[in-house]
Amino acid sequence: MNDSLARCEELITDIDFKSVSAWKNANPGAKAIAYFPVYAPAEIIHAFGALPVALHGAGDRLDLQHADARFGSFICSIVKTTLELGLTQRLKTFDGFLFTSICDTARNLCFVTKRNFPDLYVDFIHLPHNCPSEAAIDFLASDYDRLRWQLRKLTGREANDEALRSSIQLYNINRQLTNDLYALRSRAPHLLSTYELYLLVRAGDFIPVEEHNTMLADGLERVARALRPRDSLRVVVEGSFCEQPPLDLIKLIESAGCYIVEDDFTIGRRWFKHPVPLSGDPLRTLAESYVCDSVYSSVRHDAENSRVEGLMAKVRDNKADAVLAFIAKFCEPAYFDYVLFKREMERVGIPHLLLEFEEKLFTFDRLQMEIETFVESLLFV
Amino acid sequence: MKTEYRGSIHQRQKELMTRWYERLESASDGVAMMISGNCVELLQAFDLPPFYPEINALQLAIRHQSLEPILAAEEMGYAADNCAYVKADVGAWLKGITPTGRPLPRPALVLCNFVGCNTYVKWFEHTAALTGAPLYVLDVPFLRDDEPTDAAVTYVVRQLKDVVVQLERISGKRFDIDRLREAVTCAAEVEESWSKIKHLCRSTPAPFDAYFDAITLMGPLYVYRANREGVDFFGAAVNEIQQRVDRHEGVYDAERFRVVVEGPPPYSHFRNFRDMFAKWKAVAVASTYSTVGGLWEFGFRHDPDHPFESIARHMLQYNVTNRNYLQRYDQIERYVREWNADGIVIHFVKSCRLFSAGQGDMRDYFTRQHDIPTLYIESDLEDPRYFSEAQIKNRVDAFFEALEHRKAVSA
Repeated sequence: MNDSLARCEELITDIDFKSVSAWKNANPGAKAIAYFPVYAPAEIIHAFGALPVALHGAGDRLDLQHADARFGSFICSIVKTTLELGLTQRLKTFDGFLFTSICDTARNLCFVTKRNFPDLYVDFIHLPHNCPSEAAIDFLASDYDRLRWQLRKLTGREANDEALRSSIQLYNINRQLTNDLYALRSRAPHLLSTYELYLLVRAGDFIPVEEHNTMLADGLERVARALRPRDSLRVVVEGSFCEQPPLDLIKLIESAGCYIVEDDFTIGRRWFKHPVPLSGDPLRTLAESYVCDSVYSSVRHDAENSRVEGLMAKVRDNKADAVLAFIAKFCEPAYFDYVLFKREMERVGIPHLLLEFEEKLFTFDRLQMEIETFVESLLFV
Repeated sequence: MKTEYRGSIHQRQKELMTRWYERLESASDGVAMMISGNCVELLQAFDLPPFYPEINALQLAIRHQSLEPILAAEEMGYAADNCAYVKADVGAWLKGITPTGRPLPRPALVLCNFVGCNTYVKWFEHTAALTGAPLYVLDVPFLRDDEPTDAAVTYVVRQLKDVVVQLERISGKRFDIDRLREAVTCAAEVEESWSKIKHLCRSTPAPFDAYFDAITLMGPLYVYRANREGVDFFGAAVNEIQQRVDRHEGVYDAERFRVVVEGPPPYSHFRNFRDMFAKWKAVAVASTYSTVGGLWEFGFRHDPDHPFESIARHMLQYNVTNRNYLQRYDQIERYVREWNADGIVIHFVKSCRLFSAGQGDMRDYFTRQHDIPTLYIESDLEDPRYFSEAQIKNRVDAFFEALEHRKAVSA
C-alpha cells in the first residue's frame, strides 16, 4: 500500500507531467487532453483513445513569474498557476484543453489560454444551469456531439457509440470503486485516512482509467488495517471542489482531531449518483446523467434540487458532527453557497467552521489552531 | 476641472427613472431581472415592470449609501471577496434600505436571465431564498464562436416559452404574439437610435461621453427599451446629440484625448472618477460597459418577424457579457480603430470577475501586439473601501502625461 501511495503522490506533485509524456510515448499518435475542474465528460475523450487529464493548477510547486500580471489581484490561485504552467512550457505534452461553465474566472482563463497557446485545441462546454428545463438535455447532448466532432478532427480517429459505451462502462466502474472507498472511510474512518483516500482517488486525474480502476480495487483490498478508533470529530469538508489544498493541509485536518467522513475534493471523479446507463444514445445518456443525476456542487445550478438540502443530507447520511467550510481564497461560488449553508446550519444546529486556504499555502499554524480549538470545543466541552 | 452634463436628455432621463421607481413601489407584479442581455421585451408584452437589483445597488453606491448594506451582508456571512453588488443588494434588503427611501415590494418572479455572469445565478438564488419569491433560471449558453449553435438558440427559445407561462400566471393575461411583436419593434427602434448615438461619437470632437454619459442613459435603455416612451426618448436623444455634432460641440471646450474604456465604473466615486478624466479633457468615445445590456452598434436589431429567435440571439450573441473574452478584445480594437481613439483605459473591478479576470492579459495584448497605450487601474464598482483616490489619480495623470508626450513626439 505504501508503494502505491508513494506513486500516487509522485503523480500528483509532478508539474512536468512526465507520466502523461510517458503514456504518449507508449501510445504513438494518441492525444492527451487536459481539463479544468470541476467536471468534464472524460468518457468522450477516452473513447477517442486519448488520455483525459484533470488539471488542478500547480499547487505549491510553482512560483508565479508571468500569470500574476495577466490575472491581477483578487483572482484565485488555481487560475494563475494553470496559466503559469502553460507560460513556462509545462503543458507542451498536451494537445488540447477543455473548460466548462463553472465560474467567470475559469471561463476567461479558457479564452486567455486560447490566445496565448494558439496551437493548442481549446474548447469550452456550457453545462446547463437550468436543469429542470426539458430542453437542457437536448442542448447538452448536442454540445457533447459538437465535442465529439472536434475530437474527431483533433485525433483523426472515430469514436462510435460502442466505443463511447465502453468508456462509460470503465468510468462507471471507476466511480463505483471510488464511492466504495468513500463509503468505507465513512463507515470506519480509522481504517482509511483521508490523506490516503485522497492520494488514491486523485491519482486517477493523471493515468488511464483502466490503470486507475486496478489501483482503486487494489486499494480497497489492502486498506483494512487493525487500527483502533480515536476520539475524533466526524466532519464533512465542503467547498474544496476546484482548487485543491496542499496535501499537508489535508493531513493537518486529520491530525488536529477530525475524521473527514465526506468531502468534495475532486468531486468531479464521482459526479453521478448512479451509473450512467449503457443503453440508448451514449452522448444523450451522459447528458441526461449530468442534468438529472449529478451530485450537488457549488458550480452546478438546479433550481429544483437545493444544494443546502444536499449538504444537510450529506451530514445526516455520514453521521457527521460538524461541517468544515474549507474554501479556496477568492472562490466566489463556494463563498456564495457558504451564506445559505451557514444560515441553514445555524437553523438546525450543525456546528461549523469557516476556513480559507490557498493551494500554495505553506504555513498552517493559524489553521491548525482554529481546527484544534473547534474540535476541542465540541469534543470536550 | 469639474464635469457638467450638457443637454436636456439627462434631465428627461431622471424623470423617466423616477417614474419607474414610483411604479415599482406599488407593483405586486414586478419581475426581477439582470441587466446583461435582458429580455425586457417579453415583460413588456405583458405590461409587467422590470425590476433590476443592479440598478438599486449602483444607485446606493452613487448616493454613498452602499457601505452600510455591504457590511450588513458581510455580517450575515458573505465574504470580503464576494461581489459587492450582491452584498449591497442583500444588505439593503436586510436593512430595508431602498434607493428612493420608500419600501419596494418583493418581486413576483425572480427571473435569472443568466447571461455570462455566474455570480448572477448565485445572486438570484439568494434573492429568491431570502424573499421567498419564485425563481426561474433562464440559462443562456456562453458564446464560444462567432455564432451560437442552432441547439443553443433552440434551448433559449424553449426556455423563453417557459417564461411566457410564468408571466401569464403573474399577469393573469394570455400571451399575445402581436404584443410581443410590438415590443420587439419598439426595441429595434430604440436600438437604432442608441446605435446612432454611439456612432456620433466617431465625430471629433465627440458630442457625448460614451462611458460616463452613456451610463446615465442605460437606465431608460433597459427599462423603457420595448415601449413607445423609450422610442420617443431615444429619438429625442439622437436629435439633441446630432445637433451638437452639427454645431461642432464636444463634451469639452477643447477635446484633448479620446479613449476607449473597458470595465464598469467605480459607482461609489463616480463623480471623482469622471473628474480625473475631465481634468485632461479626455472623452470616452466608446466603452464596453455600455454594451452589457446589448451590443447594437455593429448592426444587430431585434426582429418583429422572429421575436423569440431574435430575443434569444440578443441574449446569446449581442451583449458583451455573454461574448467570450477574445471577442471583447476585438470589440475594443474595433473601437480604437473606427472611433479614432488614442488609448484604452482598463478599469479592473474587484467585484466582477466576468469583466476583470484576465484584464492583465488584455493589457498585454493591446500594448505588446498593437502598441496601443493602455492604462490599467483597480478599484471596485460598489464597495467604497477599494477606491484609492490618490493612487488612481496618480496613474490617470501619469497616463495622460505619457500620452501627451507620445502625441507630441509623433507629431
